[in-house]
Amino acid sequence: MTDLQSLDITRRSATTGTPPDIRHQPAVAKLIDVSRCIGCKACQSACMEWNDLRPEMETFEGSYDNPSDLNPAAWTVMRFTEWENEAGNLEWLIRKDGCMHCSDPGCLKACPSPGAIVQYANGIVDFISENCIGCGYCVKGCPFNIPRISQEDHRAYKCTLCSDRVSVGLEPACVKTCPTGAILFGAKEDMTAWAQERIVDLKERGFANAGLYDPPEVGGTHVMYVLHHADRPSLYAGLPDKPRIDPLVWLWKGMFKPIALAGLGFAAIAGFVHWVVAGPNEVQPEDEVHGREILDHKDEK
Amino acid sequence: MSQPGTISRYTTAQRINHWITAGCFILLALSGMSLFHPSLFFLTDLFGGGPYTRAIHPWFGVVLLVSFAILFVRFFHHNLWNRDDTAWIGKIDKVISNHEEDVPDVGRYNAGQKLVFWSMTLLILVLFVTGIVIWDQYFFGFTSIEVKRVAIAIHSLAAVAIIAVFIAHVYAGIWIRGTMGGMLHGSVTPGWAFRHHRKWLRDLARGR
Repeated sequence: MTDLQSLDITRRSATTGTPPDIRHQPAVAKLIDVSRCIGCKACQSACMEWNDLRPEMETFEGSYDNPSDLNPAAWTVMRFTEWENEAGNLEWLIRKDGCMHCSDPGCLKACPSPGAIVQYANGIVDFISENCIGCGYCVKGCPFNIPRISQEDHRAYKCTLCSDRVSVGLEPACVKTCPTGAILFGAKEDMTAWAQERIVDLKERGFANAGLYDPPEVGGTHVMYVLHHADRPSLYAGLPDKPRIDPLVWLWKGMFKPIALAGLGFAAIAGFVHWVVAGPNEVQPEDEVHGREILDHKDEK
Repeated sequence: MSQPGTISRYTTAQRINHWITAGCFILLALSGMSLFHPSLFFLTDLFGGGPYTRAIHPWFGVVLLVSFAILFVRFFHHNLWNRDDTAWIGKIDKVISNHEEDVPDVGRYNAGQKLVFWSMTLLILVLFVTGIVIWDQYFFGFTSIEVKRVAIAIHSLAAVAIIAVFIAHVYAGIWIRGTMGGMLHGSVTPGWAFRHHRKWLRDLARGR
C-alpha cells in the first residue's frame, strides 16, 4: 500500500481494501468554456505531442471532426455541431470531447483488474496500463463513451488529464496550448467560481440558459463545461443530459457480486450438510439380488 | 466395455465427450469467476495472468459449446419429460432424505437429471450468445454499448446459475454411490440400476 500512499490514490479498481485516506488534496478541474472555443484543434495536437501519440490518417467524411471519433491514439477530439436555433440562426457548437474524470467513475466501478484504474486524491481518474487486461469492461461502465481499446496491445486508453504534468505542478498540455483561453485548469473551487462569472457574461449577451456542466449524477466531474445552452447539453454532439452509471452496471458490479458468491458458497455448504444429515445413498446387497433377478428374467413368473 | 456382472451405461466416446465438456466447464468457471469478483482475481494466475485469462476464456467457451452440442445430440432423446417425471418430482422430499421406497420407478434418467440436462442446455445457449456479444476482440463493432451492458449483466447472472446447477450435478454424483463409476468407467452394477433406474433395467433385461 506504500505506493498508494505516495501517489495519493483514493480509489483503486477491483480492490476490496481501502487506501490510506488521512491526507487530502484540493480537487482539481479542467474548465472548457465552449463559448470561447474556435475549433482550432490545437488542444488535439498538444495532446498527441505531449503523450507521443499519432493516430492513423483518416479519410474526409464531410465533417470538421478529425479524427472522426476518439481512438486509442486520440484522447481528445473536437466535435462540431451545426445547430439552427429558435430564431433561425446557425450556431456552430464546438465541444472538446474526452474523459470527464467523474468523481464517481463508472469505468473504475466496472474494472475487474486490481489497480488498472485509479482515482487520485485530486480527482483525476487514470488508467494504469500495465495492469489493464483489455477486457473492455470500462467501455461498458463509462456513461460518456470515452475509453477505447487498442487493437495493437489490447489495453484501454483515454485522457489522463496529464496526470504526469499535474503531479509536478504543470497544467495539462491542452490547457497550455489553447490560444483563446477556452480551456482553464486549477482548483475545482476556483474553476467553478470563474465559470459563474462567465455565465453572468453569457446571460448578459442573450444566452439565458447559459450554465455550468458538472453533472451531479456522477458525483460531479473534474472536467467541466461552460455551455451557452446548459438546459440542453445533448445539443453539443450528444453530451449526456443526465449522465449516470447504467443500472445494469450496478446490478452486475454492485450488490450482485457478494450475493452471488454467498449463494454459491451456500450451495456447496448445503451439499455438505446433506451429506452429514442424510448421508450417501448406498446400493444395498438386496438391490444387487433384485437387479440380478431382473437381468436373468427370474422376476417374470 | 463392462466388467462381468455389470451393465454398460456409457460408451467410451460418451465418457470422453462428457469429460471434455466438464473440463471446459471448470476452466470457464475459474477464469470467469476471476474476473467476476476482486477477491477471486488471483485465479487469473492459473491462466498466465489477467490478459491471458481475458483472451482464453471465450475460447474455452467455444470448445465447450461444440463438445456440449455433441453431448446434447447423444442424450436429448433420453431426457424428454414424461408423466413419470412429474410424479417423481412430487416425491422429491423422499428422494432427498434417502427414503426411496415410495418413489416411482424411473427410466434411464430421473426428473432431477433431466432438469440438470435442460438447464445446462438453456444456460449454455444464453452464455454463448451473450458471450459473443461481449467478445470485444472480434465482435465489438456488431452491437452497441447499451446491448453489451445487457449482455454482460445476463452473462454474469447465467454464469452464477449454471455454477449452481454444476454444484448440484457434482454433488448428486457423489451422493448417489456408484454413479461416478458409471461416468468414469462406463459401467454400473445391476443393484445400482435396480435401485435408481428400475425401468431402464427392465428395458435392458427385455433387450430394448
